[in-house]
Amino acid sequence: MVEKKGISYWLTHAGLTSGVLILFFPLWLAFVASTVTNEEVIHPPMPLWPGDKLVENYSRALIKGDSGQTSASVARMLLNTSIVAIGIAVGKIAISFTSAFAIVFFRFPAKNIFFWLIFLTLMLPVEVRILPTYEVVASFGLLNTYSGLIFPLIASATATFLFRQFFMTVPDEIIEAARIDGAKPMRFFIDILIPISRTNIAALFIIMFIYGWNQFLWPLLMTTDTSMNTVIMGVEQMIGGQDDVTPWPVVMAASIMAMLPPIIVVVSMQKLFIRGLTDSEK
Amino acid sequence: MAGLIIKDIQKSFGKTKVLHGINMEISDGEFIVIVGPSGCGKSTLLRMIAGLENVTSGEILIDNLNVNNKEPMDRNIAMVFQNYALYPHMSVFKNMAYGLKIAGIPKLEISERVQEAAKMLELGELLERKPRELSGGQRQRVAMGRAIVRKPAVFLFDEPLSNLDAKLRIQMRLEIKSLQQRLGTTSLFVTHDQVEAMTLADRMVVMNEGVAEQIGSPLDVFQKPETIFSAQFIGSPAMNLIKGVTDGQSIKLENGVLLKCVTNFSGEVLAGLRPEDLLPDKKGEIIIQIDMAEPIGASTILHGTLKNSDIKIVSMVQGLVDQKDMQKEMSFSISPEVIHLFNRESGKRIN
Repeated sequence: MVEKKGISYWLTHAGLTSGVLILFFPLWLAFVASTVTNEEVIHPPMPLWPGDKLVENYSRALIKGDSGQTSASVARMLLNTSIVAIGIAVGKIAISFTSAFAIVFFRFPAKNIFFWLIFLTLMLPVEVRILPTYEVVASFGLLNTYSGLIFPLIASATATFLFRQFFMTVPDEIIEAARIDGAKPMRFFIDILIPISRTNIAALFIIMFIYGWNQFLWPLLMTTDTSMNTVIMGVEQMIGGQDDVTPWPVVMAASIMAMLPPIIVVVSMQKLFIRGLTDSEK
Repeated sequence: MAGLIIKDIQKSFGKTKVLHGINMEISDGEFIVIVGPSGCGKSTLLRMIAGLENVTSGEILIDNLNVNNKEPMDRNIAMVFQNYALYPHMSVFKNMAYGLKIAGIPKLEISERVQEAAKMLELGELLERKPRELSGGQRQRVAMGRAIVRKPAVFLFDEPLSNLDAKLRIQMRLEIKSLQQRLGTTSLFVTHDQVEAMTLADRMVVMNEGVAEQIGSPLDVFQKPETIFSAQFIGSPAMNLIKGVTDGQSIKLENGVLLKCVTNFSGEVLAGLRPEDLLPDKKGEIIIQIDMAEPIGASTILHGTLKNSDIKIVSMVQGLVDQKDMQKEMSFSISPEVIHLFNRESGKRIN
């Protein structure tokens, strides 16, 4: 990389800094709004510096939600969302890893047809198949359950495709060496394939965790019981309808808390994530 | 006891036939090198013996046991691959121990065997390292260690030296040879490098287009090539082949030069003259117009044309020939015993 000097060095940094400021301003506003009283938020001009109601607003959101009108407590919703997001991420990885394993390493009739069938589902986003899915989930009696929230979102053509591409880069010789060493397919799967895919799995976990965390439409449709709300939809439900007074500081506190877990996951797994997307350890 | 017998092995991929019936008997402890150009089927043959490819027809016997339908692990073989094929996430120790672990050998014995092999290969210090922390030569040693610890009846080497640099290749070549002599394990070594083949082999197999052209000791193959192919493939620079006609005691080359040779055949032949057998001789019959000289240190390769013809010919002379001193024309002679004669149609050796 060419190192910049003089004015262009400062210009670059000025550009980056202003970009960061622009991106962070709404977050800052949300944070400020979560530390003041409702009156201060509603009456313009909105304050730009944090107030003194931080502990009050956050504990109210965490424990009581919007005072029990339309949603559960944020603590409950965070728990729900964590279960759902982890369930979706783990489930997606388990299913797509094994199906990619079958598609890449085994020869069976109509293998390509199966692959393309999986691939085709990429073209059908959740929104398109949401009604039939709802029907199926409802007839299984899974409305308002974790299973109902998780299972329909597990099947993933994207992850299958990514794992397939990675598996195809595993040198044939390693597979053959394992055969000579006497490793049967499942042994190869556990002893060799999973360890060498570690970074790819981590990268996909992050993507899928955030995907699961940010689900909005599906939980909104299928949870009628507020105790099963996820936090993303829960925040929306806190915003009152026509006549209700929206407790903005509490809503903002809930939003900030809803943002934290994905940030923690990304920051703590960042190294693995980058390695998973860039280098191949072979 | 740990011999390897190959009976009329054939292999087809779909409609393409890649091996046309190979026969070989390898006795215990022998070092066999299979040499040939790329695409001649040598690797396929090795992989069939390893059990990585199905046998289309024919039989493979290891220790007099038909292994055609056995899994690679049950064949009592070990294989070393060109790109090492080490498991990237396992330490050197685990790489070498993996096969033994699967075979259910007790931990203590595994550790003993790995230590022993590591000592033999001077890998003792590196047992806890990961493959990516090793140099190419060290990786290849680990790959060999992985083969040794299994104590197989047959070692299979699939171009194991091709990924190493020239200096290391020579060193590893010697190591493989001395290791094989110490262990006394029957070995099959596939390469496209004729120098490796000549130096390593007890016997070598020259393969071309799915056919074993010649099986014999390196010197046999060099001194008495059975076919035009093995004559040209072994030896560097390659043998000159010139059309000629014999009359039972001498040969008349295409350009009219008459040379004495050893044969009782009369008729049209191809004469094979090794470049290094052409000796500079003021009174020699073979007169070459030199077009280019390539000094390679100990000797010089001369490219030229036979006088009164447009036949290209290569000769190799000892020492350095200075470009300035080089004459436009040089005469050479050749002794009758080293003229190889081949049938023009069948390509087989005559004398």
